[in-house]
Amino acid sequence: MEKTRFIYEDATLTVKILGDIDHHNARAVREEADKIILGRKPRLILLDLSAVEFMDSSGLGLILGRYNLAEEIGAEVKIIKPAPSVLRILELAGIERIMKIEEGAKK
Amino acid sequence: MKRSENTMKLYLPSLSVNESLARSAVAAFVAQLNPTIEEISDIKCAVSEAVTNSIVHGYKFATGIIYICVKYYRDRTVVIEIKDKGCGIEDVSLAMTPLFTTDTSGERSGMGFAVMSTFMDKLDVYSKRGNGVRILMTKKLA
Ligand SMILES: Nc1ncnc2c1ncn2[C@@H]1O[C@H](COP(=O)(O)OP(=O)(O)O)[C@@H](O)[C@H]1O
Ligand SMILES: [Mg+2]
Repeated sequence: MEKTRFIYEDATLTVKILGDIDHHNARAVREEADKIILGRKPRLILLDLSAVEFMDSSGLGLILGRYNLAEEIGAEVKIIKPAPSVLRILELAGIERIMKIEEGAKK
Repeated sequence: MKRSENTMKLYLPSLSVNESLARSAVAAFVAQLNPTIEEISDIKCAVSEAVTNSIVHGYKFATGIIYICVKYYRDRTVVIEIKDKGCGIEDVSLAMTPLFTTDTSGERSGMGFAVMSTFMDKLDVYSKRGNGVRILMTKKLA
């Protein structure tokens, strides 16, 4: 089963994560995402969390890992549309201090 | 000693597929108290953290048993105990420091204990090296 969906347009890669992000699922998400990030080398990566109902600190590790990969290729990362419960754990970890979090439906 | 109103015990092998099973089972049990959406999501997250730690750190590549015991009391206090018999933690207070991790893959945030202590009212961690870890978490529902 696919854990991610991608849209690539104008050097912007949207990575939509599908389903829960825990340690069990994070690996498949990471492998799928890294392959396309390194393949496309976008300038901007949008991590779309609108389809994520549950995320624990494995998700924080996943997001920080993609952030580090993006740094290596000179890309910016933004998180878009997190659910309230997901936003709470992002805030607990202070993620907004290193990348932008957009709550609206903006692309 | 006050008696619990209801108890659930769950023994699971330390397979990562059981992370979602464990948190969903605990959530289903706690749902008997009609918690808020926020309370249930806090509890799921805390359980997921503790169970994942037993799998990733406690038993590493071996498979052992994870013991979960959940109770609730008349005053709507939920007590969750999660135990493994894995490698244990040498320095518990260091391990509980936010961002501290012994993982070398670069994929763990070191925020598991911070999540458990923020999302629950009380967190106690008991461990000795070589003797596994016992986590006791309490949350009083509104
Ligand atoms: N059940 C356990 N058995 C052995 N070590 C553990 C256990 N739980 C936690 N630890 C240790 O505590 C550290 C911090 O845990 P945590 O805050 O969940 O961060 P992370 O899981 O991201 O490393 C772990 O890196 C590990 O060294
Ligand atoms: Mg952890």
